[in-house]
Amino acid sequence: MAKREIGDVILDVNNISLRFGGVKALTDISFNVKEHEIRAIIGPNGAGKSSMLNCINGVYTPQEGSITFRGQTFDHMNSRQVAEMGIARTFQNLALFKGMNVIDNLMSGRNLKMKTNIFQQAIRWGAAEREEAEHREYVERIIDFLEIQAWRKTPVGRLPYGLQKRVDLGRALAMEPQVLLLDEPMAGMNVEEKQDMCRFVLDVNDEFGTTIVLIEHDMGVVMDISDRVVVLDYGKKIGDGTPEEVRTNEDVISAYLGTSH
Amino acid sequence: MLYRENGQFKTSYRADQQIFPIAQDRWVILALLAFAFLAVPVLASEYLFRAILIPFLILSLAALGLNILVGYCGQISLGTGGFMAVGAYAAYNLVVRIDGMPVVVAILLGGVFAMGVGVMFGIPSLRIKGLYLAVATLAAQFFCDWAFLRIKWLTNDSSSGSVSVSDLSLLGWRIETPVDKYLFCLGFLVLFGLIAKNLVRSHIGREWMAIRDMDVAAAVIGIRPVYAKLTAFAVSSFIVGVAGALWAFVYLGSWEPAAFNVNRSFDLLFMVIIGGLGSIMGSFFGAAFIVVLPIVLDNAPYWFGIPIDTALASHLTFMIFGALIVFFLIVEPHGLARLWSIAKEKLRLWPFPH
Amino acid sequence: MGPFLETLIGGLMTGMLYSLVALGFVLIFKASGVFNFAQGAMVLFAALAMARFSEWLPTITGLNEKALVNIVAFLLAMAVMVAVAWLIERLVLGKLVNQEGVTLLMATLGITYFMDGFGQTIFGSDIYKIDVGMPKEPMFLFENIFQGGLLVNQEDLAAAAIAAALVAVLSAFFQYTSTGRALRAVADDHQAAQSIGIPLQRIWVIVWSVAGFVALVAGMIWGSKLGVQFSLSQVALKALPVVILGGLTSVPGAIVGGLIIGVGEKLSEVYIGPFFGGGIEIWFAYVLALLFLLVRPQGLYGEKIIDRV
Repeated sequence: MAKREIGDVILDVNNISLRFGGVKALTDISFNVKEHEIRAIIGPNGAGKSSMLNCINGVYTPQEGSITFRGQTFDHMNSRQVAEMGIARTFQNLALFKGMNVIDNLMSGRNLKMKTNIFQQAIRWGAAEREEAEHREYVERIIDFLEIQAWRKTPVGRLPYGLQKRVDLGRALAMEPQVLLLDEPMAGMNVEEKQDMCRFVLDVNDEFGTTIVLIEHDMGVVMDISDRVVVLDYGKKIGDGTPEEVRTNEDVISAYLGTSH
Repeated sequence: MLYRENGQFKTSYRADQQIFPIAQDRWVILALLAFAFLAVPVLASEYLFRAILIPFLILSLAALGLNILVGYCGQISLGTGGFMAVGAYAAYNLVVRIDGMPVVVAILLGGVFAMGVGVMFGIPSLRIKGLYLAVATLAAQFFCDWAFLRIKWLTNDSSSGSVSVSDLSLLGWRIETPVDKYLFCLGFLVLFGLIAKNLVRSHIGREWMAIRDMDVAAAVIGIRPVYAKLTAFAVSSFIVGVAGALWAFVYLGSWEPAAFNVNRSFDLLFMVIIGGLGSIMGSFFGAAFIVVLPIVLDNAPYWFGIPIDTALASHLTFMIFGALIVFFLIVEPHGLARLWSIAKEKLRLWPFPH
Repeated sequence: MGPFLETLIGGLMTGMLYSLVALGFVLIFKASGVFNFAQGAMVLFAALAMARFSEWLPTITGLNEKALVNIVAFLLAMAVMVAVAWLIERLVLGKLVNQEGVTLLMATLGITYFMDGFGQTIFGSDIYKIDVGMPKEPMFLFENIFQGGLLVNQEDLAAAAIAAALVAVLSAFFQYTSTGRALRAVADDHQAAQSIGIPLQRIWVIVWSVAGFVALVAGMIWGSKLGVQFSLSQVALKALPVVILGGLTSVPGAIVGGLIIGVGEKLSEVYIGPFFGGGIEIWFAYVLALLFLLVRPQGLYGEKIIDRV
């Protein structure tokens, strides 16, 4: 399987600190992400992994630190700006739009690319109709890719958990992102579902060159597919490097991996 | 066996995205429209027009507007009566102060004014949600109640806020008889119904629904909550304002601010909830229900041969109204529209049980 | 200065009455998360019950002593309110447990319509008197400081005292009794409360009964002042801004909110009203609450709402 060449750093997290009242979620975190790589973030529950992604996305505003994306540095990220810059994400607890079906959820991911104004949409005939069909075509390719054709018109609330996770991924893919932040995409899945999800993640990285930042608990998956790993514990960074380096790091072992007896 | 999609394969996305993708549905709607435009004017009695059809058409329009805000975008509003009033009085001022102002233009501009007020009172929705927003919209309602009573300029210096209009006409067609009024309102309803349906199935509609379902996730995929919420308020209050102007001009003829009081707002909210939140069809069902119910309740005693005095009848109406609302909410919180789609599902299987 | 103080005091009195009604809202919201639009209808219903019972008792039982008649009427009305609470829990709340806020709100709106109609069907729709011996003559205070003294309504003063006592009792109830603790647990998390053995249904009936009691007291006071009539249920709409201002989950908030709204309304009507053509009372409270919400969405004492993703 030909893999893309890993490029230069495109995302830089600089000394991010995040507090909620007295609780320190993140303390002085710095790491970078290179283009086309698969970067994993691992650590025990409550280590601050999701909070880190939330800072990148603009959901939380860190008290200190900054984030640099493709040379531009920001004190805090604005969700819309982040989306426009090409960073998409999935959520640990699924953030699907329960009132809509699969197609509509995926199409909502296309909203930044849809340019017709409200009057054109009101009339529908002409520009809006064409645009709708065009983006529908793109979304159908994602549906093919994720193998969810049979559930196109099903309201997402009625889908089994594994399929909902795929739709979540699909919606992020619909944004044609350069960087994809995945928050525990394989949580709660059985072995086959995990294999499917791995395949999707790797394919996305391969075919589209999308940079992947991945939070995951399954060590087998992490060691297999990631290029580099960041380890967090109680909001601090305790390891950073290739899977091999991290696996043999003493701090990481005592905090998270454990030793065999 | 009648209502089957067998053999109806879509060969393009456009075909799949139509408003009525199933051929049988298209035929039914065409038949319904033909019936509404051609047969009803001939068949219906004057009483039917005045008491049921015309109020139904106008209130459906208002319910449609409200459904966009509450059902599709999830922003609760108890100020709908106030927005209707703005539409009505704005249109009134235009007709009275500008010579030769065509009625249709006045009505549409009334909607524009209502839109302005709607967006203004929609600004709180950017910070507050749910119950708190409901109370904020009540502020809009009471403010409008007061403004049209006390600010003389708005009502052309009428002392109690009561005004009247007459001589409605459209490009030479005098709108006088009940049939004229019915067709005038039907035209508005069909036009706005189509526009509303187009909007809710486009990307603005998806933005509204995304905000309703989970606004944090919506922001992350690039939807701007400000734009989505304010456009929802704008479109909704435009439609509601037009409905208000129609209610005043066509149905009432002469009115005072009390015609658009908080009870009107509650009625519309009931229509939308009983009809089905987030459903265009639902707005029609809900409006039909709320328009017909009091008439049935008022007349039922006579049908059963038990005369009741009017005060008692009106109390009973309240009771039954309230009880029915609760009943509906328990039995089918998604409204009549859901019952309708369940019926269609069963029809697709008929005559097989499953 | 004198007129200003009179308006202020008048506002405080009215505010206290709003607080009474608002208390009912807060209680139910605190314990069941339901925003009870029907609170106003409950005030009217309770007042009607008491008014009519106090009329009917002498004719049915021959009891003539006013104090006794009033007490019995009060107890009967209270029993009615408990029955109402039980029925509402059985027929409505129990069935709608998992629905969203909007649905529950609409259900209470439906209950409002029902109770309005039902109350007037059973008890009649004229204006009725409640006479619990509240002092009716106005009083003049501070005659040595202000010329002629400050005109204060004794009835309002008595009402304020009763309201204050009620608040104190309720606050103590919530803080110091085990039932009060259970109520707070239920408000926090239904399922968790159930899992430690708190009987949900019974708690809800208790809460709605207490709210009914508050409604009865409020109805009694308002009714004594204004006469028991349909417009009483409109009072509930006025209590909404109070609850918003104070915070939906706070008992002291309902009091402070009520006082602020009461005073604000009266003062604005007298001093700002004339510039706007008068009658601004109908929207002042709401606009005040609205402006407040823009600055502090959770109200004065309410809990901050945090969304987690």
